[in-house]
Amino acid sequence: MITFWFSVVVLAWVLYFVLEGFDFGVGLLGPVLGRDDHERGAAVRTIGPFWDGNEVWLVAAIGVTFAAFPAWYSALLAGLYLPMVVLLLLLAVRGVALEFRGKGDGPVYRRRADVALALSSLGIVLVWGALLAAFVRGLAINGNGDVVGGGFDRTFGPVLTPAAGLGALAALYATLLLGATFLALRTSGPLRRRARTLARWLGTGGAVALLVAGFGTGSPTALAAAVLAFGAGLLARTGREALAFTATAAGVAGAVVAVFTTHGAVVLHSTLDPSFALTRAAAAATPQALELITWAGVLILPGVLAYQAWSYWVFRRRVASERVPS
Amino acid sequence: MDVLDLTRLQFAVVTIYHYFFVPLSISLAATAAGLQIAWLRTKRDEYLHLTKFVGKLLIVTFAVGVVTGLVQEFQFGLGWSAFAKFYGDVFGPTLAIEGMLAFFLEATFLALWYFGWDRLPRAIHTACIAVVALGTMLSAFIILAGNSFMQNPVAYVLDPVTGRARLTSFTELMLNKVNLAAFPHTLSGAVMVGGALLLGLGVWRLAADPAYRILARLGAWLTVAGGAFTALTGDHLGKVITEVQPMKMAAAEALYETTAGAPFSVFATGKPLPEFSLEIPWLLSILAKGNPNATVQGIDDLQARYAAEFGPGSYVPMIPVAFWTFRLMIGIGMLAALLGALYLWRTRKGREAPRWLTRWLPLIPLLPTAANSFGWIFTETARQPWIAFGISKVADGISPGLTSSEVIASLAGFTLVYGVVAVVWLRLVRHLARQPLAPAPVAADRPEPAPVY
Ligand code: HDD
Ligand code: HEM
Ligand code: HEM
Repeated sequence: MITFWFSVVVLAWVLYFVLEGFDFGVGLLGPVLGRDDHERGAAVRTIGPFWDGNEVWLVAAIGVTFAAFPAWYSALLAGLYLPMVVLLLLLAVRGVALEFRGKGDGPVYRRRADVALALSSLGIVLVWGALLAAFVRGLAINGNGDVVGGGFDRTFGPVLTPAAGLGALAALYATLLLGATFLALRTSGPLRRRARTLARWLGTGGAVALLVAGFGTGSPTALAAAVLAFGAGLLARTGREALAFTATAAGVAGAVVAVFTTHGAVVLHSTLDPSFALTRAAAAATPQALELITWAGVLILPGVLAYQAWSYWVFRRRVASERVPS
Repeated sequence: MDVLDLTRLQFAVVTIYHYFFVPLSISLAATAAGLQIAWLRTKRDEYLHLTKFVGKLLIVTFAVGVVTGLVQEFQFGLGWSAFAKFYGDVFGPTLAIEGMLAFFLEATFLALWYFGWDRLPRAIHTACIAVVALGTMLSAFIILAGNSFMQNPVAYVLDPVTGRARLTSFTELMLNKVNLAAFPHTLSGAVMVGGALLLGLGVWRLAADPAYRILARLGAWLTVAGGAFTALTGDHLGKVITEVQPMKMAAAEALYETTAGAPFSVFATGKPLPEFSLEIPWLLSILAKGNPNATVQGIDDLQARYAAEFGPGSYVPMIPVAFWTFRLMIGIGMLAALLGALYLWRTRKGREAPRWLTRWLPLIPLLPTAANSFGWIFTETARQPWIAFGISKVADGISPGLTSSEVIASLAGFTLVYGVVAVVWLRLVRHLARQPLAPAPVAADRPEPAPVY
């Protein structure tokens, strides 16, 4: 039962990072690749109907984490208090910028919204990357599951390490590739061309970097990622945009699974003393609560997946970025 | 202020802010659905234009509700991790199920509706907004069940080993009698806020565009009806709370019978009190009129009883806060309903409302919003010192290790970002209301430009 719920929690996080990942990518790239107000509007429009549904996967992921592993939820959030608050504030700015963009008046207003959207998306991606890296490394938790230390360094410290910096860069790279392949898939006209070129460059460049990293460290994960990145670039170039996007998404999914399973049955590693680590069993809710959410999940989630798929189908048409002559 | 007080303040600020937008989303979604159904049935263009207008208000409001709601979801772990661990079994499933059942529904169908005008068959398109409206009510019901647990813990046992609460029945948790009473009261309060916004905007724009008259009158009706229902449901809620938290209602009544003797409470049940029926509309003056026959448990007796039951300590909440927030909720809310009624009366059969009324009515949305906030402040502060009534105290809930400087930093961040968002939201609503309701006709030979999102 605990293993099952752990898989569900990981699945929710995977779906969140893949889905919101592409809309972060579009948020970042749209305002840059779009050369004028109209093109930028088209870029934002590709995620307009979806970003909120994607963000609910974060609500679901954090919700099932809370429901199935309350002690993990508590330790993670309290232990990464300040970076989490920064993340939430950036998410607030981003959601509002996206939704308010088209409702106000004039290109200046929209330009401001675009800048807010791009910068907040960038910040979110970097913070998430650093958080995931910090999470792999573990936190300074004591036997009670509480992070020890004082001052801002207590909770900012874990995301200001070199490893966290690397995590942030990796997240940024993955997001850019997701965003570029998604834009290539969902638009037509100049935006699509530019997104394809970018995806190609990102794919090749990233593959080279990952190969070097992979051979340098002997990490098979990096090598696998290199293959996927190269494949995505190649596919984007030959016009198979759906496959290019899928390859990138698979890479992101694999990375998230790797992050969550690095420590086996330990959900939160302790950097103070390995015996303080929080295990799945110790963090889990009672069997009754697990059973309840199992039933709820089994009954509700298939419906959610079905109607979300339907909404992607309803809005399947490409968004035109070329101008209608008037 | 120590770290506990700061964390409480942060919770209050962030939650009250979320609750500025939530009632609007609930009522605007339902109003948009109602208007669209009216349009389908009557085919009158005004209804279509109004549906789209309300839909735009809804979408900008909803966005703020979403991003601030996300913060709520994390708050229990950030500032109240001990509470989250202790009640994880109760709150975890509640939040998870709310997300899976309600939020996905709202987010997906709102997008389908907003972007789907020309992509979906009419009936299905209308059903989308109706689903959104249901979704908002569902999420309110589920989250209020979580809050009701804190007011009146049910459906749990305390684990003898870990000392943590274990959920025994989800159904029982949802059907907590406090929730059954609080949910309709909260919904009526939400209807008032949405109605008052439409009334305010309608009156403000009336001079520029007569089509706003329908909006103003609709808003006024909603404000009045919502007001009547808040009074009815509030009376019932008061009786339930007197039963489960007599100290709270004693505190709400304490000051105006001074400190001598038992304070009078209109909500006492099972006592030889004249029942106050809510057909009497001027509830506040009735509340303010002391009844010498009342023999109600007073604060001193309750304090003695709790001290004997739970050990030494003070079990009395902040009395002036309880007293005034309770009265302000009722007084300000009823004033809004009264103004709505006055507007309806003065504009009956096509009459013009007097100048002074139309000058001030645009500010009316502030009234029910304030009433809601006061109601929540009353509910949550008069529960003190308990975090979950009778089983654990607020001081035991805070995240261990959290320091004042961290909370000051985060509180400053929330205040700044939320403040900016509120200003932008207000300007956007003003901008949206300045647009003509009916779109200008497009010349037939010109292709329509692609819509800008
Ligand atoms: C427009 C808003 C509004 C208006 C006009 C009223 N209320 Fe209210 N009231 C609320 C909005 C509200 C609220 C914000 O929605 C609360 C906070 C918690 C809750 O469940 O509803 C609330 C709470 C609340 C509580 C405390 C519940 C608890 O502790 O759990 C009581 C006893 C009442 N109300 C009673 C009344 C009465 C007798 C009213 C008579 C007219 C009244 N309210 C008008
Ligand atoms: C419906 C679900 C809600 C839950 C589960 C909830 C939970 C909590 C918790 C855990 C605290 C901190 C502990 C405490 O100080 O008592 C708190 C405090 C508070 N909440 Fe709520 N709350 C809810 C709704 C609301 C809403 C909608 C508002 C206001 C609009 C609100 C207003 C407050 C205030 C003012 C405090 C501070 C009280 C004090 O510390 O004296 N709450 N609530
Ligand atoms: C009485 C108190 C509350 C009610 C009635 C309520 C209701 C709602 C509603 C109707 C929405 C839909 C979006 C919107 O309205 O803008 C919403 C959004 C949200 N609320 Fe609240 N809420 C309350 C308090 C809380 C609390 C205490 C939490 C924290 C656990 C919370 C979590 C959320 C979340 C996560 C969202 C965003 C959902 C999305 O992404 O669509 N709410 N809330």
